[in-house]
Amino acid sequence: MNSSVITFPGSNCDRDMDVALKKFGFKNKMVWHDDLELPKSDLVVLPGGFSYGDYLRCGSMASKSKIMKSVLNFAKGGGKVMGICNGFQILVEAGLLPGVLLRNKYLEFICKNVFVKVNDKDNSYFRNIQKDTFEFHIAHNEGNYFCSKEQIQEIDDNNQIALFYSDKSGNINQENNPNGSIKNIAGIFNKEKNVLGMMPHPERMIDPALSGEDGSIFFENLINNLK
Amino acid sequence: MKVSVIITLKKDVLDPQGKVIHRTLDDMGFNDINEVRQGKYFEIDTKGNDKKKSEEKVEEMCKKLLANLVIENYKIIESR
Repeated sequence: MNSSVITFPGSNCDRDMDVALKKFGFKNKMVWHDDLELPKSDLVVLPGGFSYGDYLRCGSMASKSKIMKSVLNFAKGGGKVMGICNGFQILVEAGLLPGVLLRNKYLEFICKNVFVKVNDKDNSYFRNIQKDTFEFHIAHNEGNYFCSKEQIQEIDDNNQIALFYSDKSGNINQENNPNGSIKNIAGIFNKEKNVLGMMPHPERMIDPALSGEDGSIFFENLINNLK
Repeated sequence: MKVSVIITLKKDVLDPQGKVIHRTLDDMGFNDINEVRQGKYFEIDTKGNDKKKSEEKVEEMCKKLLANLVIENYKIIESR
């Protein structure tokens, strides 16, 4: 399985993602934002970080960078594109995912472990996954998912919510909503479910000595699904 | 032609920064405020001298980059 991680100026989770993908068997290539062509890929990842210093709006500049034309074409052809954290912000700014990510409700940069519940497993990211609730890390200032009433209705109708912030047992409530996101949304799909954006960082949960192993479960399952 | 444009959050969008500014102003003694909404202001110095054309270009810039129309509105307030 071939994967590509795009590095934008200001990305800082690109190498973590590279380590994670390789650990679970992907042949990963790092791709510079100024390149025009994507290498042959089964998965393209937009990593976390602070592309372009979060100028204007998070992800807005990166969404217009040269490589994004190829990423848009790849996604439109059904290619799997996953955006983590700032990568999620880039995907909404690029129009590949609906909605937008606003400043966190309480204006704090949040850096902590959270639990997220998988909403639906009928997609190539979570099919066959053995767990329902994952402990992942979040680190963001703008993760407050927002969209219009009409859009949230459409997202719901198409079952596009990927992950909810929850407690350890998977209960979805305001207490476990770290940033004010509508409906506790931590991650969403596009309609076709080949594009996934999420605020949590599974790549930070792949080493039992450093963190947990819920990221390992995610990546192991993902590569098996893509095979 | 210098085109000035302001970008504001749409009415239904939560503005936590505006809320904090409101609260701080309130603490400072400015107690007669109903609401504070924070926005952005751009001054774009375009090369042409045709007002209509420059404004059209800036409008396109707003739609494509400067504003996110899911949450923001834009308004050209001056061209000179």
